[in-house]
Amino acid sequence: MSTTAQHLQKHRQRIIETWMKNQLTDAALRDDLMSNDELRSQSDELLTALLRAFNSGNFDDVYSSDYDQVIEILNDISITRARQGFSPRETGQYVISLKKAVNEVLEEELKDDPGALYQETRKTDSVLDSLSMITFETFIKGREEVIFRQTDEINEISTPVIRVWDGILALPIIGTLDSARTQIVMENLLQEIVNTGSSIAILDISGVPAVDSLVAQHLIKTVSATRLMGAECIISGIRAEIAQTIVHLGIDLSNIKTKATLASALQLAFSMTNVEVRKINRNAGFKLMK
Amino acid sequence: MIVMTKDTMQIVREQDVVPFRNRVREYAAKIGMSLVNQTKLITAASELVRNMLKYANGGKVLIEIISKNAQTGVRLTFIDEGPGIANVQQAMQDGFSTGKSLGLGLPGTKRLVNEFDIKSTLGEGTTVTVIHWKNGR
Repeated sequence: MSTTAQHLQKHRQRIIETWMKNQLTDAALRDDLMSNDELRSQSDELLTALLRAFNSGNFDDVYSSDYDQVIEILNDISITRARQGFSPRETGQYVISLKKAVNEVLEEELKDDPGALYQETRKTDSVLDSLSMITFETFIKGREEVIFRQTDEINEISTPVIRVWDGILALPIIGTLDSARTQIVMENLLQEIVNTGSSIAILDISGVPAVDSLVAQHLIKTVSATRLMGAECIISGIRAEIAQTIVHLGIDLSNIKTKATLASALQLAFSMTNVEVRKINRNAGFKLMK
Repeated sequence: MIVMTKDTMQIVREQDVVPFRNRVREYAAKIGMSLVNQTKLITAASELVRNMLKYANGGKVLIEIISKNAQTGVRLTFIDEGPGIANVQQAMQDGFSTGKSLGLGLPGTKRLVNEFDIKSTLGEGTTVTVIHWKNGR
Protein backbone atom coordinates (compact mmCIF):
# COMPACT_ATOMS: atom_id res chain seq x y z
CA MET A 1 0.00 0.00 0.00
CA SER A 2 1.38 3.40 -0.91
CA THR A 3 1.82 5.96 1.84
CA THR A 4 -0.48 8.44 0.18
CA ALA A 5 -3.25 5.89 0.16
CA GLN A 6 -2.60 5.13 3.82
CA HIS A 7 -2.86 8.74 4.84
CA LEU A 8 -6.00 9.24 2.89
CA GLN A 9 -7.62 5.97 3.97
CA LYS A 10 -7.07 6.91 7.58
CA HIS A 11 -8.91 10.17 7.10
CA ARG A 12 -11.48 8.93 4.68
CA GLN A 13 -14.35 10.22 6.79
CA ARG A 14 -12.79 13.66 7.03
CA ILE A 15 -12.22 13.87 3.31
CA ILE A 16 -15.79 13.05 2.57
CA GLU A 17 -17.04 15.57 5.14
CA THR A 18 -14.79 18.34 3.80
CA TRP A 19 -15.68 17.45 0.25
CA MET A 20 -19.38 17.53 1.00
CA LYS A 21 -18.94 20.82 2.82
CA ASN A 22 -17.07 22.28 -0.15
CA GLN A 23 -19.78 21.16 -2.48
CA LEU A 24 -22.62 22.36 -0.31
CA THR A 25 -21.15 25.79 0.32
CA ASP A 26 -20.45 26.32 -3.36
CA ALA A 27 -22.88 28.94 -4.59
CA ALA A 28 -23.40 26.98 -7.77
CA LEU A 29 -24.84 23.92 -6.01
CA ARG A 30 -28.03 22.80 -7.65
CA ASP A 31 -30.11 21.27 -4.90
CA ASP A 32 -33.06 21.61 -7.22
CA LEU A 33 -31.54 19.03 -9.54
CA MET A 34 -30.12 16.60 -6.99
CA SER A 35 -30.79 15.83 -3.33
CA ASN A 36 -28.02 15.95 -0.71
CA ASP A 37 -28.37 12.25 0.05
CA GLU A 38 -27.92 11.40 -3.57
CA LEU A 39 -24.89 13.65 -3.76
CA ARG A 40 -23.39 12.03 -0.67
CA SER A 41 -23.83 8.46 -1.85
CA GLN A 42 -22.42 9.41 -5.25
CA SER A 43 -19.42 11.10 -3.66
CA ASP A 44 -18.90 8.20 -1.30
CA GLU A 45 -18.85 5.71 -4.12
CA LEU A 46 -16.35 7.77 -6.10
CA LEU A 47 -14.03 8.26 -3.13
CA THR A 48 -14.01 4.53 -2.38
CA ALA A 49 -13.05 3.75 -5.95
CA LEU A 50 -10.43 6.48 -5.98
CA LEU A 51 -8.76 5.31 -2.77
CA ARG A 52 -8.67 1.78 -4.14
CA ALA A 53 -6.94 3.09 -7.24
CA PHE A 54 -4.47 5.10 -5.12
CA ASN A 55 -3.75 1.87 -3.26
CA SER A 56 -2.28 0.38 -6.40
CA GLY A 57 0.46 3.01 -6.21
CA ASN A 58 -0.17 4.12 -9.75
CA PHE A 59 -0.24 7.92 -9.88
CA ASP A 60 1.00 8.38 -13.43
CA ASP A 61 -1.53 6.90 -15.77
CA VAL A 62 -5.23 7.43 -15.11
CA TYR A 63 -6.03 5.53 -18.28
CA SER A 64 -4.63 2.28 -16.89
CA SER A 65 -6.92 -0.45 -15.60
CA ASP A 66 -6.36 0.66 -11.98
CA TYR A 67 -8.59 3.65 -12.62
CA ASP A 68 -11.23 1.87 -14.70
CA GLN A 69 -13.79 1.94 -11.93
CA VAL A 70 -13.13 5.58 -11.03
CA ILE A 71 -13.49 6.68 -14.63
CA GLU A 72 -16.61 4.61 -15.05
CA ILE A 73 -18.25 6.28 -12.06
CA LEU A 74 -17.11 9.73 -13.19
CA ASN A 75 -18.41 9.18 -16.71
CA ASP A 76 -21.69 8.10 -15.30
CA ILE A 77 -21.94 11.19 -13.12
CA SER A 78 -20.93 13.56 -15.94
CA ILE A 79 -23.36 12.17 -18.47
CA THR A 80 -26.21 12.15 -15.97
CA ARG A 81 -25.41 15.72 -15.01
CA ALA A 82 -25.19 16.89 -18.62
CA ARG A 83 -28.64 15.45 -19.28
CA GLN A 84 -30.06 16.88 -16.06
CA GLY A 85 -28.97 20.33 -17.18
CA PHE A 86 -26.01 21.02 -14.87
CA SER A 87 -23.60 23.67 -16.13
CA PRO A 88 -20.00 22.68 -16.99
CA ARG A 89 -18.84 24.77 -14.04
CA GLU A 90 -20.99 22.83 -11.60
CA THR A 91 -19.79 19.54 -12.97
CA GLY A 92 -16.14 20.60 -13.00
CA GLN A 93 -16.43 21.89 -9.44
CA TYR A 94 -17.30 18.37 -8.33
CA VAL A 95 -13.81 16.96 -8.90
CA ILE A 96 -12.02 20.19 -8.06
CA SER A 97 -13.65 20.34 -4.64
CA LEU A 98 -12.48 16.76 -4.00
CA LYS A 99 -8.95 17.88 -4.80
CA LYS A 100 -9.26 20.62 -2.19
CA ALA A 101 -10.46 18.17 0.42
CA VAL A 102 -7.62 15.72 -0.32
CA ASN A 103 -5.07 18.51 -0.16
CA GLU A 104 -6.41 19.69 3.17
CA VAL A 105 -6.02 16.25 4.72
CA LEU A 106 -2.53 15.75 3.32
CA GLU A 107 -1.49 19.17 4.58
CA GLU A 108 -2.62 18.33 8.08
CA GLU A 109 -1.07 14.87 8.02
CA LEU A 110 2.32 15.95 6.68
CA LYS A 111 2.68 19.40 8.17
CA ASP A 112 6.04 18.46 9.71
CA ASP A 113 7.52 17.24 6.46
CA PRO A 114 7.16 19.84 3.70
CA GLY A 115 9.21 17.76 1.27
CA ALA A 116 6.90 14.75 1.56
CA LEU A 117 3.85 17.01 1.50
CA TYR A 118 5.02 18.48 -1.80
CA GLN A 119 5.63 15.04 -3.30
CA GLU A 120 2.28 13.65 -2.17
CA THR A 121 0.29 16.70 -3.23
CA ARG A 122 1.92 16.66 -6.61
CA LYS A 123 0.99 13.03 -7.14
CA THR A 124 -2.64 13.36 -6.08
CA ASP A 125 -2.98 16.67 -7.93
CA SER A 126 -1.89 15.20 -11.23
CA VAL A 127 -4.36 12.34 -10.89
CA LEU A 128 -7.23 14.59 -9.89
CA ASP A 129 -6.43 17.07 -12.64
CA SER A 130 -6.58 14.31 -15.22
CA LEU A 131 -9.84 13.14 -13.70
CA SER A 132 -11.38 16.59 -13.93
CA MET A 133 -10.32 16.71 -17.59
CA ILE A 134 -12.09 13.42 -18.15
CA THR A 135 -15.16 14.77 -16.41
CA PHE A 136 -15.20 17.73 -18.78
CA GLU A 137 -14.70 15.63 -21.85
CA THR A 138 -17.51 13.32 -20.89
CA PHE A 139 -19.74 16.21 -19.95
CA ILE A 140 -19.30 17.74 -23.39
CA LYS A 141 -19.87 14.36 -25.00
CA GLY A 142 -23.12 14.07 -23.03
CA ARG A 143 -24.22 17.49 -24.24
CA GLU A 144 -23.28 16.64 -27.82
CA GLU A 145 -25.43 13.55 -27.64
CA VAL A 146 -28.34 15.77 -26.66
CA ILE A 147 -27.61 18.00 -29.67
CA PHE A 148 -27.33 15.06 -32.07
CA ARG A 149 -30.61 13.68 -30.84
CA GLN A 150 -32.28 17.04 -31.37
CA THR A 151 -30.81 17.35 -34.88
CA ASP A 152 -32.26 13.98 -35.72
CA GLU A 153 -35.61 14.99 -34.31
CA ILE A 154 -35.61 18.24 -36.26
CA ASN A 155 -34.74 16.42 -39.48
CA GLU A 156 -37.52 14.00 -38.86
CA ILE A 157 -40.25 16.52 -38.12
CA SER A 158 -39.13 19.13 -40.63
CA THR A 159 -40.20 17.29 -43.74
CA PRO A 160 -43.82 16.23 -43.39
CA VAL A 161 -45.68 15.08 -46.47
CA ILE A 162 -49.34 16.04 -46.21
CA ARG A 163 -52.11 14.51 -48.23
CA VAL A 164 -54.28 17.55 -48.94
CA TRP A 165 -56.65 15.92 -51.39
CA ASP A 166 -57.12 12.60 -53.07
CA GLY A 167 -54.12 12.38 -55.38
CA ILE A 168 -52.57 15.65 -54.24
CA LEU A 169 -49.63 15.83 -51.80
CA ALA A 170 -48.24 18.98 -50.18
CA LEU A 171 -44.79 19.31 -48.72
CA PRO A 172 -44.01 22.47 -46.78
CA ILE A 173 -40.27 23.07 -46.59
CA ILE A 174 -39.08 25.17 -43.67
CA GLY A 175 -35.50 26.31 -43.18
CA THR A 176 -32.46 25.95 -45.35
CA LEU A 177 -32.50 23.31 -48.03
CA ASP A 178 -29.06 21.72 -48.00
CA SER A 179 -27.97 18.51 -49.67
CA ALA A 180 -28.76 16.30 -46.68
CA ARG A 181 -32.25 17.70 -46.24
CA THR A 182 -33.01 17.56 -49.94
CA GLN A 183 -32.21 13.89 -49.78
CA ILE A 184 -34.70 13.37 -46.93
CA VAL A 185 -37.34 15.54 -48.62
CA MET A 186 -36.95 13.66 -51.89
CA GLU A 187 -37.06 10.24 -50.27
CA ASN A 188 -40.16 11.08 -48.21
CA LEU A 189 -41.91 12.61 -51.17
CA LEU A 190 -41.20 9.80 -53.61
CA GLN A 191 -42.16 7.18 -51.05
CA GLU A 192 -45.42 8.96 -50.33
CA ILE A 193 -46.19 9.25 -54.06
CA VAL A 194 -45.87 5.47 -54.31
CA ASN A 195 -47.89 4.86 -51.13
CA THR A 196 -50.81 7.09 -52.04
CA GLY A 197 -50.69 6.85 -55.79
CA SER A 198 -50.75 10.63 -55.99
CA SER A 199 -50.32 12.39 -59.29
CA ILE A 200 -49.53 15.90 -58.05
CA ALA A 201 -47.05 17.12 -55.45
CA ILE A 202 -46.90 20.71 -54.22
CA LEU A 203 -43.55 21.85 -52.78
CA ASP A 204 -44.13 24.92 -50.67
CA ILE A 205 -41.03 27.02 -50.06
CA SER A 206 -42.64 29.87 -48.07
CA GLY A 207 -40.45 28.89 -45.14
CA VAL A 208 -37.16 28.85 -47.04
CA PRO A 209 -35.36 32.10 -46.18
CA ALA A 210 -33.13 32.35 -49.27
CA VAL A 211 -33.04 30.54 -52.56
CA ASP A 212 -29.51 30.48 -53.93
CA SER A 213 -28.31 28.41 -56.86
CA LEU A 214 -27.63 25.36 -54.69
CA VAL A 215 -31.15 25.38 -53.23
CA ALA A 216 -32.56 25.91 -56.73
CA GLN A 217 -30.54 23.01 -58.03
CA HIS A 218 -31.90 20.80 -55.24
CA LEU A 219 -35.46 21.90 -56.08
CA ILE A 220 -34.95 21.15 -59.77
CA LYS A 221 -33.62 17.69 -58.91
CA THR A 222 -36.61 16.96 -56.69
CA VAL A 223 -39.00 18.05 -59.44
CA SER A 224 -37.21 15.87 -62.02
CA ALA A 225 -37.36 12.85 -59.73
CA THR A 226 -41.06 13.40 -59.12
CA ARG A 227 -41.66 13.57 -62.87
CA LEU A 228 -39.82 10.32 -63.39
CA MET A 229 -42.33 8.75 -61.02
CA GLY A 230 -45.10 9.96 -63.30
CA ALA A 231 -46.30 12.72 -61.01
CA GLU A 232 -46.36 16.46 -61.61
CA CYS A 233 -44.71 18.94 -59.25
CA ILE A 234 -45.80 22.48 -58.45
CA ILE A 235 -43.57 24.84 -56.47
CA SER A 236 -45.48 27.35 -54.38
CA GLY A 237 -44.67 30.05 -51.86
CA ILE A 238 -42.33 32.06 -54.04
CA ARG A 239 -42.25 35.49 -52.44
CA ALA A 240 -41.71 38.69 -54.43
CA GLU A 241 -38.14 39.21 -53.22
CA ILE A 242 -37.26 35.59 -53.91
CA ALA A 243 -38.65 35.86 -57.44
CA GLN A 244 -36.46 38.89 -58.15
CA THR A 245 -33.41 37.18 -56.72
CA ILE A 246 -33.96 34.04 -58.79
CA VAL A 247 -34.24 36.12 -61.97
CA HIS A 248 -31.03 38.04 -61.21
CA LEU A 249 -29.18 34.87 -60.39
CA GLY A 250 -30.22 33.56 -63.78
CA ILE A 251 -31.87 30.38 -62.54
CA ASP A 252 -34.24 28.95 -65.11
CA LEU A 253 -37.40 27.62 -63.50
CA SER A 254 -39.55 28.11 -66.60
CA ASN A 255 -40.04 24.36 -67.06
CA ILE A 256 -41.51 24.10 -63.60
CA LYS A 257 -45.00 25.14 -62.59
CA THR A 258 -44.68 27.79 -59.89
CA LYS A 259 -47.25 29.72 -57.87
CA ALA A 260 -47.04 32.51 -55.32
CA THR A 261 -49.19 30.84 -52.68
CA LEU A 262 -50.13 27.36 -51.60
CA ALA A 263 -53.78 28.25 -52.24
CA SER A 264 -53.20 29.05 -55.89
CA ALA A 265 -51.05 25.94 -56.27
CA LEU A 266 -53.92 23.88 -54.85
CA GLN A 267 -56.31 25.55 -57.28
CA LEU A 268 -54.01 24.64 -60.16
CA ALA A 269 -53.80 21.09 -58.86
CA PHE A 270 -57.60 20.89 -58.74
CA SER A 271 -57.95 22.04 -62.32
CA MET A 272 -55.26 19.55 -63.41
CA THR A 273 -57.14 16.69 -61.77
CA ASN A 274 -60.50 17.99 -63.01
CA VAL A 275 -61.81 18.71 -59.55
CA GLU A 276 -64.05 21.67 -59.02
CA VAL A 277 -64.54 23.41 -55.70
CA ARG A 278 -67.68 25.52 -55.56
CA LYS A 279 -69.38 27.71 -53.03
CA ILE A 280 -72.90 26.51 -52.24
CA ASN A 281 -75.52 29.16 -51.73
CA ARG A 282 -77.44 27.64 -48.84
CA ASN A 283 -79.90 30.52 -48.66
CA ALA A 284 -80.92 30.01 -52.27
CA GLY A 285 -81.64 26.36 -51.55
CA PHE A 286 -83.68 27.30 -48.52
CA LYS A 287 -85.81 29.70 -50.52
CA LEU A 288 -86.49 27.10 -53.17
CA MET A 289 -87.70 24.65 -50.59
CA LYS A 290 -90.09 27.21 -49.28
CA MET B 1 -15.07 55.78 -48.39
CA ILE B 2 -15.57 55.45 -44.64
CA VAL B 3 -15.86 52.12 -42.86
CA MET B 4 -18.34 52.38 -40.01
CA THR B 5 -18.64 48.89 -38.55
CA LYS B 6 -16.39 45.92 -39.07
CA ASP B 7 -16.78 42.24 -38.26
CA THR B 8 -15.03 39.04 -39.33
CA MET B 9 -16.46 35.55 -39.44
CA GLN B 10 -14.60 32.31 -39.95
CA ILE B 11 -16.31 29.84 -42.26
CA VAL B 12 -15.13 26.27 -41.90
CA ARG B 13 -18.21 24.05 -42.07
CA GLU B 14 -21.53 23.99 -43.87
CA GLN B 15 -23.20 24.70 -40.54
CA ASP B 16 -21.56 28.15 -40.56
CA VAL B 17 -23.56 29.24 -43.60
CA VAL B 18 -26.85 29.95 -41.82
CA PRO B 19 -25.39 31.97 -38.90
CA PHE B 20 -23.31 33.91 -41.41
CA ARG B 21 -26.36 34.70 -43.52
CA ASN B 22 -28.24 35.85 -40.44
CA ARG B 23 -25.35 38.14 -39.54
CA VAL B 24 -25.42 39.69 -43.02
CA ARG B 25 -29.18 40.11 -42.72
CA GLU B 26 -28.68 41.85 -39.37
CA TYR B 27 -26.24 44.32 -40.90
CA ALA B 28 -28.42 44.95 -43.94
CA ALA B 29 -31.46 45.54 -41.73
CA LYS B 30 -29.45 47.87 -39.49
CA ILE B 31 -28.80 50.32 -42.30
CA GLY B 32 -32.45 50.12 -43.38
CA MET B 33 -32.06 48.11 -46.57
CA SER B 34 -35.35 47.09 -48.16
CA LEU B 35 -36.45 43.45 -48.09
CA VAL B 36 -35.72 42.89 -51.78
CA ASN B 37 -32.22 44.29 -51.48
CA GLN B 38 -31.63 42.37 -48.27
CA THR B 39 -32.61 39.15 -50.01
CA LYS B 40 -30.37 39.92 -52.98
CA LEU B 41 -27.39 40.58 -50.74
CA ILE B 42 -28.03 37.52 -48.60
CA THR B 43 -28.39 35.28 -51.62
CA ALA B 44 -25.15 36.65 -53.08
CA ALA B 45 -23.42 36.09 -49.74
CA SER B 46 -24.80 32.58 -49.59
CA GLU B 47 -23.49 31.78 -53.09
CA LEU B 48 -20.02 33.07 -52.36
CA VAL B 49 -19.73 31.42 -48.99
CA ARG B 50 -20.80 28.09 -50.47
CA ASN B 51 -18.19 28.47 -53.20
CA MET B 52 -15.60 29.13 -50.54
CA LEU B 53 -16.59 25.99 -48.65
CA LYS B 54 -16.79 23.80 -51.72
CA TYR B 55 -13.62 24.80 -53.50
CA ALA B 56 -11.35 26.16 -50.77
CA ASN B 57 -12.51 24.29 -47.64
CA GLY B 58 -13.61 27.53 -46.05
CA GLY B 59 -12.02 30.86 -45.31
CA LYS B 60 -12.99 34.12 -43.69
CA VAL B 61 -15.44 36.86 -44.45
CA LEU B 62 -15.16 40.52 -43.56
CA ILE B 63 -18.52 42.24 -43.07
CA GLU B 64 -18.45 46.03 -43.12
CA ILE B 65 -20.90 48.87 -43.19
CA ILE B 66 -19.45 51.54 -45.45
CA SER B 67 -20.39 55.05 -46.39
CA LYS B 68 -19.53 56.89 -49.58
CA ASN B 69 -21.01 60.03 -51.10
CA ALA B 70 -23.82 60.10 -48.51
CA GLN B 71 -24.71 56.50 -49.33
CA THR B 72 -24.52 53.63 -46.91
CA GLY B 73 -24.04 50.04 -47.89
CA VAL B 74 -22.73 46.67 -46.84
CA ARG B 75 -19.39 45.41 -48.11
CA LEU B 76 -18.50 41.74 -47.86
CA THR B 77 -14.98 40.49 -48.49
CA PHE B 78 -14.54 36.75 -48.91
CA ILE B 79 -10.96 35.65 -48.43
CA ASP B 80 -9.85 32.07 -48.92
CA GLU B 81 -6.54 30.30 -49.29
CA GLY B 82 -7.80 27.69 -51.69
CA PRO B 83 -6.40 26.54 -55.03
CA GLY B 84 -7.47 29.72 -56.84
CA ILE B 85 -9.39 30.04 -60.10
CA ALA B 86 -7.45 29.18 -63.27
CA ASN B 87 -9.53 31.28 -65.62
CA VAL B 88 -11.57 33.97 -63.90
CA GLN B 89 -13.15 35.11 -67.15
CA GLN B 90 -14.44 31.61 -67.80
CA ALA B 91 -15.69 31.26 -64.22
CA MET B 92 -17.72 34.43 -64.68
CA GLN B 93 -19.67 32.92 -67.59
CA ASP B 94 -23.17 31.57 -67.03
CA GLY B 95 -23.28 27.81 -66.87
CA PHE B 96 -19.58 27.18 -66.38
CA SER B 97 -18.73 24.99 -63.42
CA THR B 98 -15.81 22.74 -62.53
CA GLY B 99 -18.05 21.16 -59.90
CA LYS B 100 -21.42 19.68 -60.72
CA SER B 101 -23.41 22.80 -59.95
CA LEU B 102 -25.55 25.04 -62.14
CA GLY B 103 -22.60 27.34 -62.81
CA LEU B 104 -24.56 30.43 -61.82
CA GLY B 105 -22.84 31.29 -58.56
CA LEU B 106 -20.28 33.87 -59.66
CA PRO B 107 -22.09 35.46 -62.63
CA GLY B 108 -25.39 35.38 -60.73
CA THR B 109 -23.82 37.04 -57.72
CA LYS B 110 -22.43 39.78 -59.93
CA ARG B 111 -25.94 40.51 -61.17
CA LEU B 112 -27.37 40.53 -57.64
CA VAL B 113 -25.05 43.12 -56.11
CA ASN B 114 -24.06 46.68 -57.02
CA GLU B 115 -20.30 46.21 -57.06
CA PHE B 116 -18.37 43.04 -57.59
CA ASP B 117 -14.65 42.40 -57.69
CA ILE B 118 -12.72 39.15 -57.87
CA LYS B 119 -9.02 38.52 -57.56
CA SER B 120 -7.55 35.07 -57.77
CA THR B 121 -4.03 33.70 -57.84
CA LEU B 122 -3.47 30.04 -58.60
CA GLY B 123 -2.19 28.20 -55.55
CA GLU B 124 -2.66 31.20 -53.27
CA GLY B 125 -6.36 31.79 -53.02
CA THR B 126 -9.25 33.94 -54.06
CA THR B 127 -10.65 37.21 -52.74
CA VAL B 128 -14.12 38.33 -53.73
CA THR B 129 -15.46 41.72 -52.69
CA VAL B 130 -19.09 42.71 -53.11
CA ILE B 131 -20.84 45.95 -52.18
CA HIS B 132 -24.57 46.46 -52.01
CA TRP B 133 -25.89 49.95 -51.34
CA LYS B 134 -28.89 50.65 -49.14
CA ASN B 135 -31.18 51.66 -52.01
CA GLY B 136 -29.81 48.99 -54.30
CA ARG B 137 -28.32 51.42 -56.82
